[in-house]
Amino acid sequence: MRTIQMREALREAITEEMRRDENVFLIGEEVAEYNGAYKVSQGMLDEFGPRRVIDTPIAELGFAGIAVGAAMNGLRPVCEFMTFNFSLVAIDQVINASAKILSMSGGQFGNPIVFRGPTGSAGQLGAQHSQSFANWYANTPGLKVIEISNPYDAKGLLKSAIRDNNPVIFMESEQMYGDKGEVPEEGYLIPIGVADIKRAGTDVTIVSFGKIMKVALAAAEALAQENNIQVEVIDLRTVRPIDYKTVIESVKKTNRLVVVEEAWPLASISREISYEVQRQAFDYLDAPVRCITTRDVPLGYAPTFVEEFLPNTKRVTEAVKAVVYV
Amino acid sequence: MGKDKSTYPKETYLKWYEDMLLMRRFEEKAAQLYGQQKIKGFCHLYIGQEAVVAGTMSALNADDRLITAYRDHAHAIACGIPAKEVMAELYGKATGCSKGKGGSMHMFSKEHNFFGGHGIVGGQIPLGAGIAFADQYRGGKQVTVCYMGDGAVRQGALHETFNMAMLWKLPVIFVCENNGYAMGTSVERTTNMTDIYKIGLGYDMPSKAVDGMKCETVHEAIAEAAERARTGNGPTFLEIRTYRYRGHSMSDPAKYRSKEEVEDYKTNKDPLEQCKAVIAKNKWMNEADFETLENKIEAHVAEAVEFAENSPWPTPDELYKDVYVEEDYPFIMD
Repeated sequence: MRTIQMREALREAITEEMRRDENVFLIGEEVAEYNGAYKVSQGMLDEFGPRRVIDTPIAELGFAGIAVGAAMNGLRPVCEFMTFNFSLVAIDQVINASAKILSMSGGQFGNPIVFRGPTGSAGQLGAQHSQSFANWYANTPGLKVIEISNPYDAKGLLKSAIRDNNPVIFMESEQMYGDKGEVPEEGYLIPIGVADIKRAGTDVTIVSFGKIMKVALAAAEALAQENNIQVEVIDLRTVRPIDYKTVIESVKKTNRLVVVEEAWPLASISREISYEVQRQAFDYLDAPVRCITTRDVPLGYAPTFVEEFLPNTKRVTEAVKAVVYV
Repeated sequence: MGKDKSTYPKETYLKWYEDMLLMRRFEEKAAQLYGQQKIKGFCHLYIGQEAVVAGTMSALNADDRLITAYRDHAHAIACGIPAKEVMAELYGKATGCSKGKGGSMHMFSKEHNFFGGHGIVGGQIPLGAGIAFADQYRGGKQVTVCYMGDGAVRQGALHETFNMAMLWKLPVIFVCENNGYAMGTSVERTTNMTDIYKIGLGYDMPSKAVDGMKCETVHEAIAEAAERARTGNGPTFLEIRTYRYRGHSMSDPAKYRSKEEVEDYKTNKDPLEQCKAVIAKNKWMNEADFETLENKIEAHVAEAVEFAENSPWPTPDELYKDVYVEEDYPFIMD
């Protein structure tokens, strides 16, 4: 199978859906003439023209709201945030409008829209460019929330998100746009709300999603090599709705769970998973669930701070060893 | 500009008057029902401002779109939503125009191109531009009228939207219904630039102030703006100067303004009385006719109340519908 970059996989998804449906369009900062801040939309202006690939001023609240209004009136916008840190400026339109239009109107006005862009840390970018908001958005009924970890999932899930008739938050990472992965030439869809077992194992379950899946997989590999601990690694892929079934089935098999997430700990997805696991699989657990999240502080600039802040292989392997009592 | 009153035909005046009378009697009844706790939650009355929406509707086509904030009962009725469905929504009944999910602030009707009442001040402004964007994208000829209060013009959403609406020449008319008070704060206390229409000039948007106590002046301004939008020349900003007789919401005794100020509007500038005077002067209706109309409207409102009273509450399972398009979304239940 051919290998392409994450940005190419995302571009193919949007491009294919725009060819398929005239109502799909891309709107955001630098998406057209600049070819995308991270080159996701490279060449799309040439193919579709300025009517469907639309540069905006730096006005997230305004252009997100215009996209939401357009979706109320029959279009299917793909609304790009240069980073989800900037989406906070637009969050009124996402939470108060997009997520609620269908319900408030008694089902009359829908909101088929995708808000997409990178989330999380991406090196030494300082406190305002290093935040994760998947759990914030996942808290809101009316939204679906996806965070991808590789090019194959990215393409299949983004196509599903664009075809979905509900508002979908689709989260990427600046540090993954250059990642390469196998993506078939022919089109395919991946259903929203279905987790994927990225590595099968018998001793411990690790649940994760997004960029930090790399840490989870690296830790699993190290534990297999060095400690002969076979870790099952589940990529949630969607964090609203969460595929609890896959998680619970795995925990019933391994009896141990570590959740790895790039987000602040309080009210995080990992602590949410922990509740559900004790609720549904209490008698199967042989150790307390452990959550490895970012540190509970704003991320500072220095490299030492980045190292301290993020979940890493060492912290994950230690947590796994703790739940297997070695 | 400055069409003479008599240039509007009899039918237009009769429609304006009947529509405004329905809005007013409907809301007077709603206020009464709120006192009886038949209607709950927040309830913002439009009484005094009727000429703004009546004068708008006569200047639009049936497929044009409306969107507004939470003071939305009259807009819903003006768009053609049956009064009984608006009343049922105020009650929170399953037969309401938003199936009891919206209430006073969130009336909607896709059938009548009413894109809703919205509860976050200024939040509907980019939505209105987006609705117009979709029509422009498809090459449609529809115009969107996006209403807001004088409080909303201080929100950043307005400024971002005005900029893009002008840049893209969106077919939208932004209407600020300036009733002088953002809840209890007068325009003068929120800005040093009290001519609200001038905000549009900062974006080179055609903008002007309009007397909102008369249907004629509103109609004329909307018609001109709609023509501009329909011919591809982009948005207009109208500051329509009006007045609300009641408080901001049902819980507001409106102590921030004088009785004399309110009385002056009621006595000298009332939109219904001004419209009625033209009709009477032209002898299009006599006293008996006006009384007949009053009775007809009274019966109409009574019928709406009866419909709301006799309608069922939505069943609890409805709460889980319309959150997502699909009906099998796995909500977390415990």
